Amino acid sequence: MSEPPTRIGFGMSSPGRPAAGRGAAEEEPAEEKKILPPDAKISLAEERAETGIDEVFNSLDAELVGLAPVKNRIREIAALLLVDRARSRFGLSTSRPNLHMSFTGSPGTGKTTVAMRMADMLHRLGYLRRGHLVSVTRDDLVGQYVGHTAPKTKEVLKRAMGGVLFIDEAYYLYRADNERDYGQESIEILLQVMENHREDLVVILAGYKDRMDSFFVSNPGMSSRIAHHIDFPDYTLDELEGIGKLMMQAEGYSFTPKAAKTFREYLDRRKGQPRFANARSVRNAIERARLRHASRMMTTDEAVGRDELTTLKPEDFLGSRVFTEPNDETTTD
Amino acid sequence: MRITQGTFSFLPDLTDAEITAQIQYALDNKWPCSVEFTDDPHPRNVYWDMWGLPMFDLADAAGVLAEVNACRKAKPEQYIRLNAYNANYGKQTVALSFIVQRPSDEPGFRLDRQDTHDRTINYTLHPYAADAPPGRRYNGQQ
Repeated sequence: MSEPPTRIGFGMSSPGRPAAGRGAAEEEPAEEKKILPPDAKISLAEERAETGIDEVFNSLDAELVGLAPVKNRIREIAALLLVDRARSRFGLSTSRPNLHMSFTGSPGTGKTTVAMRMADMLHRLGYLRRGHLVSVTRDDLVGQYVGHTAPKTKEVLKRAMGGVLFIDEAYYLYRADNERDYGQESIEILLQVMENHREDLVVILAGYKDRMDSFFVSNPGMSSRIAHHIDFPDYTLDELEGIGKLMMQAEGYSFTPKAAKTFREYLDRRKGQPRFANARSVRNAIERARLRHASRMMTTDEAVGRDELTTLKPEDFLGSRVFTEPNDETTTD
Repeated sequence: MRITQGTFSFLPDLTDAEITAQIQYALDNKWPCSVEFTDDPHPRNVYWDMWGLPMFDLADAAGVLAEVNACRKAKPEQYIRLNAYNANYGKQTVALSFIVQRPSDEPGFRLDRQDTHDRTINYTLHPYAADAPPGRRYNGQQ
């Protein structure tokens, strides 16, 4: 039996071959991307259009109410990455910016939502290869017995590679009262990966402002490795109202003008009460209004149409505990 | 003698960039990857040692390549292969398996003949490396 001539190099590769193959493979990508001459001009607007970054900005503006400082910072980061992209086309060396972030703010101010947008944006700008978001808490990182923490943390980090690792309530990782706590081990592995795998993933720590501050005080290494400390401000009354309207639109409900006024008053009262969680409280208020609306529908004997099914009336909000309980706080702005 | 086992073994050794591309192909097909190593080069040795557990739910090749590099660092003179499993058939089936590291010197195999009853001769392959105890088979190193 004679071998077909196409089967070359059957089992016998000379020692020199691998080295030659290696060199060729490294040259290929360099040839694909031509370096522009120094006097060339490129349009940054075109670069923008190419990345589709404006879509992210537009949806950020349309779907996220308020948060001006956060949006500003995101625009700055995007601008830096775009300029870096342009620079690299001229063959200018650009060191990879450090993009680990910490998001601090009260509950319900949109930290998780922004993190998701951030992953998408960094992916579009070519900073991240995949652009997925892996959201974890202390449970996912810290083990329960000796030797359990390192593999657990490393597994999570591997899953997050190419995307964003979002650590919610990150301050729980460090327990000051227990020096044998395994959280410290997890923090050390995180620090190492944040430093050595900067091109593979972006770590975002999130939590309430005061507790994150004390977390950073006790872990100065973590604080210095995070380039962007972004604070999410509380929403104003107008912004909360806007959020509520967006949410209702998404669910296919609308207000009567009177109900809109009642809703605003509800938010004003609720804002002053304890355990107010910004957008999350707005969502809960709407959920409960839907419940009251539904039971109101069930008790009517009249035929209901599309309008009745989609319109919330003042009484749907007025049934709330917020209105029935005496409003003990004195200041309403 | 160069061991040819698994996919791509007749090609020159893959570069890290090429390995990354292969891993990414596996991950894009939702095949979890695992890393295995051995210093017993016999082709019938199917039980390689596992380097950690198979890696599930990964999106990007960097995580797998980091494990490959960790294994290379710990076992610089052993065979290391990368397996990708396809679970679509209802059982873990190897979809892709290729060598990502081999010892710097592969001494090869000796052919042993054994005279048995009548004029029958049994043939067997004996790897020269297997003369040394496990863990010291290639250049006396792990």
